Amino acid sequence: MHYLLTVVGDTDNPADDSAPGAIDAFNDRLKDEGRWVFAGGLTDPADATVTDNRGGDPVFSDGPFVESKEFLAGFWVVTAADLDEALALSVDASRACHRKIEVRPFDGVA
Amino acid sequence: MTAVEDVLARVHREEWARLVAVLVRRFGDLDVAEDAAAEAFAVALQKWRADGVPPNPAAWLTTTAGNKALDRVRREGKRDDKQKQAHMLTDQLSGPPEPTGAVEDERLRLLFTCAHPALAMEARVALTLRMVGGLTVAEIARAFLVQETAMGQRITRAKAKIKNARIPYRVPEAADLPSRVDGVLAVLYLVFNEGYLASGAESDPVRADLTGEAIRLARLVRTLLPYDGEVAGLLALMLLTEARRGARVSASGELVTLDQQDRGSRDRGLIAEGHALVRERLASGQAPGRYQVLSAINAVHTDAADARDTDWSQVVALYDQLVRLDANPVVALNRAIAVAELDGPQVALAQVDALRGPLDDYHAFHATRADLLRRLGRSADSRAAYDRAIALAGNSAESAYLTRRRDELGASGAST
Repeated sequence: MHYLLTVVGDTDNPADDSAPGAIDAFNDRLKDEGRWVFAGGLTDPADATVTDNRGGDPVFSDGPFVESKEFLAGFWVVTAADLDEALALSVDASRACHRKIEVRPFDGVA
Repeated sequence: MTAVEDVLARVHREEWARLVAVLVRRFGDLDVAEDAAAEAFAVALQKWRADGVPPNPAAWLTTTAGNKALDRVRREGKRDDKQKQAHMLTDQLSGPPEPTGAVEDERLRLLFTCAHPALAMEARVALTLRMVGGLTVAEIARAFLVQETAMGQRITRAKAKIKNARIPYRVPEAADLPSRVDGVLAVLYLVFNEGYLASGAESDPVRADLTGEAIRLARLVRTLLPYDGEVAGLLALMLLTEARRGARVSASGELVTLDQQDRGSRDRGLIAEGHALVRERLASGQAPGRYQVLSAINAVHTDAADARDTDWSQVVALYDQLVRLDANPVVALNRAIAVAELDGPQVALAQVDALRGPLDDYHAFHATRADLLRRLGRSADSRAAYDRAIALAGNSAESAYLTRRRDELGASGAST
């Protein structure tokens, strides 16, 4: 089972860098435990571009897909047996990156 | 009811949750478990009528439901992906795992699973009433004052999340218990209330099966968490309320209000046990939660030898404390009822009227207004409020009581 651990950024409450290395340590642990699939941090939502080619005439627009004070700041994709395991990881992930974490199961992974 | 239906009703009460729990553990799917359990009871009704009740009804139901579930899993397994089929197969070959942990009782294990913190509180409560309490969706909808379709969707969504996000059917470890207990207590309180004032017009006005089950489970939760104040508080609240059960409905099936109840008919054993729990919590010196305050209010009521001796100022003070913990309109309504005894119906009516927005569909709001208006001599307004309360009341004993009060009003209104 794969879970997406989404890091929820917040423009009103910027990142807390008081625990440098915490995310690296958490990543190392995921790799040691065989849970690591993929992870990454994202740049500011202002750097986003939205592509809309649904009409066959691609339109590129500057900025994130939704105007919100909360945004996607990064993510982990992990393997876990069930939601309890994934939630336990999200508890440590939230502490490591000092952010809220959304946990969502994958419907499938290609 | 026929003898077979009687037996079946009793077995449903006693065995539903255990049956569902066993099936969930074996098949890992709430829908399969619930449907198979329901099918087994449907088959039992036909079979037992024809062949008589088997010597061990619980074992018969377990076997029948297990076969129904297996049929369904096999049927759907053909359409499902191979992986899931293999998963089910290995699960069955290795036998169902026998989880052991802090929670030994099968029903309590199901209860804690349905109260998983990843589910919204209202979904936890609804799901538990369905899976553990065996209540119908219609009964749960009435208990929550929502439409049946909305409640059905809420339960369906909760089951889908359990399946899709893979919420495990697992015995909570001791460390998980505190975070799960709030939802469990909320569930038990609602089960108890549904039993104490059953909402169905067709059902018995008081369902001792539900109040008894809620108390039984609350006692089990207390053995798990003996130092949790709210567990003790809820158990005390249930015991003190249950102690009055026999006095609450008259021989003619009419609700008897608190001030009219025969205090001699109360269960002294339950009252003593409830008071001991309330004293234990007071002695702890810890700040009480809502169940502890509610149990203290009930202790004040049960302390009074006669309704006239009730210490209403203490009741109102406790409701003030409750409003600070739980500022919901039903609490405010109950506080106003106590205010009526302390400061008179005029003061209380103003407070009640302010609650119309959130409570306009709640029968107790209109019943309370009707009583206050009657005491103020506003017969026509009172009659209209009784009419509205009767239309909304689901409980048969309550309807009978409200109808008599309204009709008395009519008689005196006509003569003056």
